Amino acid sequence: MSKHRTDVSRRSVLKGVSAAAGLAGVSAVTGFPFVARAQANTIRIGMPTILSGRVAILGTSSRTAAELAVKSFNEAGGVNGKQIELIARDSKASPDEAAKVTRDLINSDGCEIIIDGEASSGSFAVQEVIRELPVLCLHTNSETSSLTADPKIRSDTAFRCARQGIHDAVAGGLYASKISKEQNKKRWMTCSPDYAYGRDNSAQFLEYLKIYDPEVEVIDQAWPKLFEPDYTAYITRIMQQKPDALYSALWGGDLVSFIEQGNLYGLFTGDMAFFSGGLADPPILEAINQLPAGMNSVYRYDPDYPANEDNKAFAEAYKAIEGQLPTNWSWQNYMACQFIFEALKRTDGNTDGATLAGEMAGMEVDSPFAEDGKITMRADDHTIINYPVAWGKTKNDPKSMTDWVAGDWAEILVQEEAWKKRAGYL
Amino acid sequence: MDFSALANCLGSMSCAVTQVSTGLLMGMLLFLVASGLSLIFGVLGIVNFAHGAFYMVGAYMAYTAYLVSESFIVALAAGTIGMAIFGAIFERLFVSRIYGRDVLMQLLLCYAFVLILDDGVKIIWGGDYRLMGMPAAFARPPIFVGGGAIPSYYVFLIVISALVGLLLWLGVTRTMFGKKVRAAAINPQMVSALGINTRLLYASVFAIGSGLAGLAGALAAPIRTLTPGMGLSILIESFIVTVIGGMGSIFGAFVAALLIGLTRSFGSLGFPLFVDGAMFMLMALVLILKPSGLFGREA
Repeated sequence: MSKHRTDVSRRSVLKGVSAAAGLAGVSAVTGFPFVARAQANTIRIGMPTILSGRVAILGTSSRTAAELAVKSFNEAGGVNGKQIELIARDSKASPDEAAKVTRDLINSDGCEIIIDGEASSGSFAVQEVIRELPVLCLHTNSETSSLTADPKIRSDTAFRCARQGIHDAVAGGLYASKISKEQNKKRWMTCSPDYAYGRDNSAQFLEYLKIYDPEVEVIDQAWPKLFEPDYTAYITRIMQQKPDALYSALWGGDLVSFIEQGNLYGLFTGDMAFFSGGLADPPILEAINQLPAGMNSVYRYDPDYPANEDNKAFAEAYKAIEGQLPTNWSWQNYMACQFIFEALKRTDGNTDGATLAGEMAGMEVDSPFAEDGKITMRADDHTIINYPVAWGKTKNDPKSMTDWVAGDWAEILVQEEAWKKRAGYL
Repeated sequence: MDFSALANCLGSMSCAVTQVSTGLLMGMLLFLVASGLSLIFGVLGIVNFAHGAFYMVGAYMAYTAYLVSESFIVALAAGTIGMAIFGAIFERLFVSRIYGRDVLMQLLLCYAFVLILDDGVKIIWGGDYRLMGMPAAFARPPIFVGGGAIPSYYVFLIVISALVGLLLWLGVTRTMFGKKVRAAAINPQMVSALGINTRLLYASVFAIGSGLAGLAGALAAPIRTLTPGMGLSILIESFIVTVIGGMGSIFGAFVAALLIGLTRSFGSLGFPLFVDGAMFMLMALVLILKPSGLFGREA
């Protein structure tokens, strides 16, 4: 057996050194391997969101809309010579995972800004990460009011670019009370999923309905399980009770099931008015085979409302990528990007969290999704107002929403203030 | 608890008709799934925890077949026969290795397949819900019997399920094959010693059981949204039905399924927040008073 001398010859040393030098050079130019700070000419935006599971559409529709916004912005030249890079990661609908993903995005992937595309439960987890690592964060998709209303939960660099439960509830109460008074619909029922969102959302709707029309009476409430496959028993119960109007906080596949199963019984063919918190999302309208006309729903997204060219263009560009119309989550994430881009322009590309937050508070941006053309990021509680809180009706041929009635923001803000005082947030 | 609503309903013809038909509908669908489960346990001694997943895959198969062929008959056939074949393969390749082993081994194997099938469905069809939609033949206003509304599709579903149940019962009690199956349930070694191909018998039984679950899935596809994991709730209810009715008894499964269906439909009027609780209480009662189930063999 021959012995090998571990001979470090001159050749091999030179090889090694040049390889290392080459690698360092390559690293400086391309950023490989990753370093914890961002590169000189890219601003990375991290996006934890739900990309798999039952509500995957929440994340996928958010991501596509954000990517659309980023692409347009980069094509227009970016800011101060810098381009934006969006990195979306799947939190699998778990708040713990959302927090971990956010941390990784900031610490390991060099993200200096976060768009948090989590649903409510995840958003609270992400908020705590942002409190610790104060980069600029825009929460989208999370509609629970306390995220921004509660001063103990608010954080200096965190903002919300999403619709809020309390706004929709007040607008809903106003809209529904008009109908209940005009058409004498005093006997109401609800059929909502039996969990926190379903219960809270239904309770809030009824609360404001009764404020604006005290003669309304809630005769019965049905509480199917979340993801209940068979609504038959609840449908027949509603038919027995014969309410004048029905409110439902059902959403997604559950809402589709409920309406399709209800159609079998002719539930929606009579005089009963139906009010939904989630019907007007285009994928839902698309999925329902026989859509009854005249069902009321809060605004989620409509390419024809507000009626302007930019809204239509957005819908078309989105549809070209995803093959379907944008969702409520899509416009929220698109707008979040617009807020971020505007802030970056004002700071000339400076991504420091506190600096950007300073610009963000009170910012007004142009938006194709606002009846008055602008959406405002409120300075005191870091959440948006003046977005569409309209209610409209379904129609067929083609399946869509129509008769949009814009919400009264003046009234909404008054009621919101009163609600905050009651909740001890002011 | 709203017993006055319940009493009012029983007094009103239209309400009674609606609620009874609702109960029948839920019961019959449950019966199809549970009878398959009961058959497999009765003959093979296997508690098929993956039965709910079979129901789910049957529904998805029917959905795709309907999209491709636009024929509801083809969709039903696809769900039933597809799952029957899948069941036979599952039995031959996997279940046959664990006969006579601990029930925990059965649980492990079947639960593994629940996870595999759930993810498989997600990979092939995506995580979003899917809707098959009502076939045109049934997309019409409901039938009114005594003032109570019964959707025409539900009538079809109840009739088909009853027919299948009848065929199943006749098959098990009146045919030669049924005799062999019942014999194998009592004494498999003797059946094998008599020269009957028990391997083929076992695969057939599993195929029939899975086919029943697939048929139930295909029948449910037009009225329920399809999502990965939709098999779980029906699996749990099937277990309750088989426990109450007696493991291994088709007739027991029938009676228990109807009982559960009617409890659900009338329960949602009388004690809406306690319907699930009522079902489990019923099961507990049966377990205490007659542990082998209402019509089960004494173990």
